[in-house]
Amino acid sequence: MQVNIKTYILYSYMLCMSCKHNSNSTVVLQDTANWPAAFGFGRPATQAEIAKLDIDVRPDGKGLPPGAGDAATGKTIYMAKCAACHGIGAEPMDVKLPGPALMNDNAGADRNKLKTIGNYWPYATTIFDYVRRTMPYNAPGTLTDNEVYSLTAYILNANNIITAQTAMNAASLPKVTMPAKKLFVPDNRHAGPEIR
Amino acid sequence: MLGGAATAAVMLFKSSYGKMIHAGIPESVLQSADPTKTIGPPPGETGTRSAFEHVVKKPSDISSRTPLQDLYGIITPSDRHYERHHAGVPAIDPHKYELLIHGMVNKPMVFTLADLKRFPSVSRICFLECSGNFRNSKETLTPQEICGLTSQSEWTGVMLSTLFRETGVQPKASWFLAEGGDAAIMTRSIPVKKAWDDAMIVYAQNGEAIRPEQGYPARLLLPGWEGNTSVKWLRRLELSDQPYMTREETSKYTYAVKDRIRQFSFEMDARSIITFPAFPQQVAKGWIEIRGIAWSGWGKIVKVEVSTDAGKTWQAARLQEPVLDKAHTGFRYLWQWNGDTTEIMSRAIDETGYTQPSLQQLVNARGTDMGGYHMNPITAWVIQRDGKVLFKPEKWK
Repeated sequence: MQVNIKTYILYSYMLCMSCKHNSNSTVVLQDTANWPAAFGFGRPATQAEIAKLDIDVRPDGKGLPPGAGDAATGKTIYMAKCAACHGIGAEPMDVKLPGPALMNDNAGADRNKLKTIGNYWPYATTIFDYVRRTMPYNAPGTLTDNEVYSLTAYILNANNIITAQTAMNAASLPKVTMPAKKLFVPDNRHAGPEIR
Repeated sequence: MLGGAATAAVMLFKSSYGKMIHAGIPESVLQSADPTKTIGPPPGETGTRSAFEHVVKKPSDISSRTPLQDLYGIITPSDRHYERHHAGVPAIDPHKYELLIHGMVNKPMVFTLADLKRFPSVSRICFLECSGNFRNSKETLTPQEICGLTSQSEWTGVMLSTLFRETGVQPKASWFLAEGGDAAIMTRSIPVKKAWDDAMIVYAQNGEAIRPEQGYPARLLLPGWEGNTSVKWLRRLELSDQPYMTREETSKYTYAVKDRIRQFSFEMDARSIITFPAFPQQVAKGWIEIRGIAWSGWGKIVKVEVSTDAGKTWQAARLQEPVLDKAHTGFRYLWQWNGDTTEIMSRAIDETGYTQPSLQQLVNARGTDMGGYHMNPITAWVIQRDGKVLFKPEKWK
């Protein structure tokens, strides 16, 4: 995965730097011949306004905030704010829940039957990023960073990926290796007749 | 006839929010037996659809599908454009709207909507399609239900490369994060190369401001790529030397290929659908103009072939101009039906030499666990002896 991604990045980078457009299109969308070096529209962004919006978290941990959380605390939050939609993950439910199952006792079980965080998500940092930006569904963006760390710890523990004692913080979360990561490969389709 | 008109008029008062949104032409006028004896409504500020027309999207909890079988030409009316969003449609004040571009750029910048509109503008007609656009569970499916998560508009905006010229992009930047301003604050990672190719920030659709459901006041538009990457209500772009591995590009919009999971699957492969005749229509023996649309995220459609004998033989259909890059393209094939039960189907061929595959070809390439995303198989309609048209479901698991 890492090697493939790096190759892909390098490939994109080379194409971009040489400005060789790989498209079959002959459409000229914009003629820039008479353009100034810059139009000067827009204004410089301040560090404060960047910080306000820059909430993303990368797999290498860039963007993770200070704070920490643990699975026991996370379980309490999960039961109060998440379980109504996502269930408790122990057994298949007879009712259709509004949200997908996030874990089950058989983490690593057939992902074609039930995709969970434990058997399908390739990066643990994605849990923190996604939960913080948009959960819970009925009150998006209301969780504190510590609550998100705790929920992340609980979900990882419930999927048998970390122990109940492992605290999640900016240092430990990027180190968690997800079981499904090895399965992911970048798209290998390309322009041409081959069916892929 | 009169009963039908009354029903149609009532439908005008229904909306998804249960509010009265559009009075239209009063029912009393519709029920008038002779329109030459009744004065109609005066000129108005906005036009109306005929109350006799009932062409609507088909909503579910998470999306709403374009009525492909009811459209003419290649432009989807803006309010019939398919919808897919992850936390509802946000209300964004265009006067407060700002787009932030930062990260691995020389000059982090903020652009207002007015700023975006000052830059050299570009208009382009192209399709937008959700990569989860395939249903084939039963015989009683319409084109809208099978693949109505594709629509086409003329989009107007600024090339993303124009904005990147303004901020400068550092040589090591290879990806950028695109983030929406809805309650999902939805994010996708996009290779920077797409920005130099043909990515746009668009603020207009079919001659007017883009609709709230389509990303008002401004969205990313990545021609030919799976719809989810054209992030709506765009508020921020961050340049990076690696992808962010967001939820939408890891747990969603990925799919099993043999024993692996395919990720960053951007381009929409060539595809077509016959929109007439189709379920639930019933046709009569004799001349039938088979009609449909074909499209490819890799370039132009160069050929569409139609089979009227269940795929034994194929004939070239006529393509309707204009044939545009990464765009829905109309096709038609004149056929004389002899009244025997048969299957009709179409396959698209694009300028890269790719021919729309059968379901079996997709299974061979991806394995039986495939599904969910980027499904573009040839689909068949069964025409029964009585003229009734049914979809032909095919199982692969």
